[in-house]
Amino acid sequence: MQFLPSPAALAALVKIALLVGGLMTAAAYLVLLERWIAAWVQDRRGPNRVGIPLTKIRLFGLGQPLADGLKIILKEDFTPGHVDRVLYNAAPLVILAASLAIFAAIPFGSVLPPLGIAGLPDPVPFLVAPGLDVGVLWVFALSSIAVYGVLLGGWASNNKYGFLGGLRSSAQLVAYEIPLGLGLLGVVLAAGSLKLDAIITAQAKTGVWYALAQPLGFIVFLVASFAEAARLPFDLPEAEQELVGGYHTEYSGIKLLLFLVAEFLHMVTAAFLIVILFLGGWHLWGVTGASDDIGWVQALLRFAILSAKILAVIVFFMLVRWSWPRFRFDQLMSLAWKVMLPLGLVNLVTVAAVEEYRPALEAALGPGTARAVAVALPWAACLVGWIVAGVFTPSGTDNTPILARDPLDVERGIAAGELPLAETAGSR
Amino acid sequence: MKPTDPAITWLEEKPLGLAERLYLPLFVQGLAITARHMVSRKVTVNYPEVRPTVGNPLIYRGVHRLNRDDAGRVKCVACFLCATACPAHCIDIVAAESPWPDREKYPESFAIDELRCIFCGMCEEACPVDAIELTSLLDLTGKSREEMVFDKEKLLSVYDMTKDAEPMKSKTLAAQGMATIGHGGGAGHGHATGGHA
Repeated sequence: MQFLPSPAALAALVKIALLVGGLMTAAAYLVLLERWIAAWVQDRRGPNRVGIPLTKIRLFGLGQPLADGLKIILKEDFTPGHVDRVLYNAAPLVILAASLAIFAAIPFGSVLPPLGIAGLPDPVPFLVAPGLDVGVLWVFALSSIAVYGVLLGGWASNNKYGFLGGLRSSAQLVAYEIPLGLGLLGVVLAAGSLKLDAIITAQAKTGVWYALAQPLGFIVFLVASFAEAARLPFDLPEAEQELVGGYHTEYSGIKLLLFLVAEFLHMVTAAFLIVILFLGGWHLWGVTGASDDIGWVQALLRFAILSAKILAVIVFFMLVRWSWPRFRFDQLMSLAWKVMLPLGLVNLVTVAAVEEYRPALEAALGPGTARAVAVALPWAACLVGWIVAGVFTPSGTDNTPILARDPLDVERGIAAGELPLAETAGSR
Repeated sequence: MKPTDPAITWLEEKPLGLAERLYLPLFVQGLAITARHMVSRKVTVNYPEVRPTVGNPLIYRGVHRLNRDDAGRVKCVACFLCATACPAHCIDIVAAESPWPDREKYPESFAIDELRCIFCGMCEEACPVDAIELTSLLDLTGKSREEMVFDKEKLLSVYDMTKDAEPMKSKTLAAQGMATIGHGGGAGHGHATGGHA
C-alpha cells in the first residue's frame, strides 16, 4: 500500500492533468477565436470549413485547431546553422514550462463540496497547490522566468530581428513589471493575503470588487498586463511589420508552436489575474455567496462564472488588438515610467490611507457611509490622477529633424527668424 | 533635399484637447468601430455554396469567349489586333482564307492561354468586330496547363454557355443607346456602362 501515492498527491495529479489538458485545449481554441474575431472585425467570415475529420460535417470550423496543430507539428523543424544550439533548444521549453507552472497557484474555480475521502482535505479547492501562501509571488516570479524564454530565444537565434525582439521584450517587460506590481500591491494591501483564493474570498465577502474599490489600480494593472502579455497595442517584441517574427524569427515547426502556445498562455494568465484580482473571481452579486460550505450546483456555478469572466476578458484582449495601433517604443517606455508608475503609486497611497482609516471611519460614520467613502475616495483619486497625468505628461515626441548640425547655424537661424522649427526639434 | 529647404511645408499637428490627452475618446472610438464591424454584414461569401455577385457583367473581366454572328459562324476576322494588343502574348491565331464571302480571313485556330492572360481586357478593346469578349465567369480552374489553353471550340462554347445570361456587349450597348457599334466603340464601353453598376 505504501507504494501508492497519497490521496492528496493523487488529487494534485488529477488537477494538474485537468489543468494542463484544459489549458492546451483552451490555447488551441483561443487561436481559433482570435482568427474569428480578426475576421469578423475585418468584415470577413473567418475559418468555418474544418469540422470532424473525414466527414463533411463542418461545425462552424471547430475542427480548425486540430488542422492547425497537425500542420505546424508536421512542418520541418529546421535549426539554422548559426544558432547557439543549447539555448536555442532550451528557450521554447523554458517559456512553456514557466507559463504552465504559473497555473499551480491560480485557482480555476472555488471549492468542491465535501467528498469525505480519507487523507484529502475537505473541501477540495480548485487549485493545484492549495497550501501555497505566496501564490501571487509565485505567479510573478514565474512570469519573470517566462521572459527568459523570450530573451534566450532572441539571443540564441543569432539574428538581428531576434536580437531586437529580445531586447525590446526585456526592456518592455522589466518596465511594465513595476506598474503591474504596484497595481497588485493595492489589492494585496486591501485583501491582506498573497493567496489568490483568499483575495477572491475577500471580494466575495464585501461584495465590492477591487475594480470598483481601486479603479486606478485596475487601469494600471490592465494596461501593464497588456504589455506583459505582449499583446497589441504593446506587442513590440514581435511586431511583425518591423521585426518579421521578433524573438521567434528563426524558429519553425514544433518549437515555434511552443512559443505560440506560451504566448496564448500569457494572455490566459493575464486574464485570470485581472479577473481574480479585480473582477471578483467566481463572485457574482446575488448568484454566488462567499461561504466555502457549498453544494455541487454552487461549485459548478462558480467555476462557470469564473470561466465566463475570463473568456470575456480574453475577448476584450482580442478586440483591443484590432482597435488601436501599436505604440512606438519611446511612447511605450514613456507610458510605463511617466504615467503608469506615478498612477500606480497614487493608487497605492490612496488604498493604504483608506485601509488605515477604515476602522476610524466606520466608528465615526457607521458602516454604510464608511463603505461609500472608501469607494468614493479612490474614484476621486483616479479622476484627479488621470487628468493630471493626461495634462502634464508629454503626449509624444517631435519627429522633425534637427535642422542643422552646426549649433552656430541653429542660433543664427533662430536669430534671423528663418528656422521657426528649431525650438520644437527634439523632445517636446 | 535639406530640412531647411523652403520648398518643404512643415505641418504642425493640432494641439490635443483635454479629452484627447486623457485618451478616452480614442479608446471609445476604437472599441466602438471594432464592435460595430464585429456584428456588421460580412463582405465575403461562403464561396462554392454561395457565388459572389458580379456588380456589372458588362464591365467584368472574366473568362474570354468568341462570339458568333447571326448565322452561328465565328465573328472573328483574324485581323490579329487582339494578339497585337495583348500585353501578355497569350493569344495565338492561325489565319486562313475565309470560306465565306463577307470577309477575307477567318481564324483556322484561335487559342488563348488562360494561365498567361492577365485579364486586362485589351483584346476586347482592340477587336474591330466585337468578336472577343470577356464574360463574368470568374472561376477558371483546370487540372493541367494544356487544359487551360482554350482553343476556338472551347471559346465558342463559352459563348454558347453565356449568351443568354450575357448578350453580346455591342448589342446590349446599342439597345441602351449608349455607344456606337463598330469603329471607336470599344473605348467607350467601360465608360458608358460604368454608371450602371
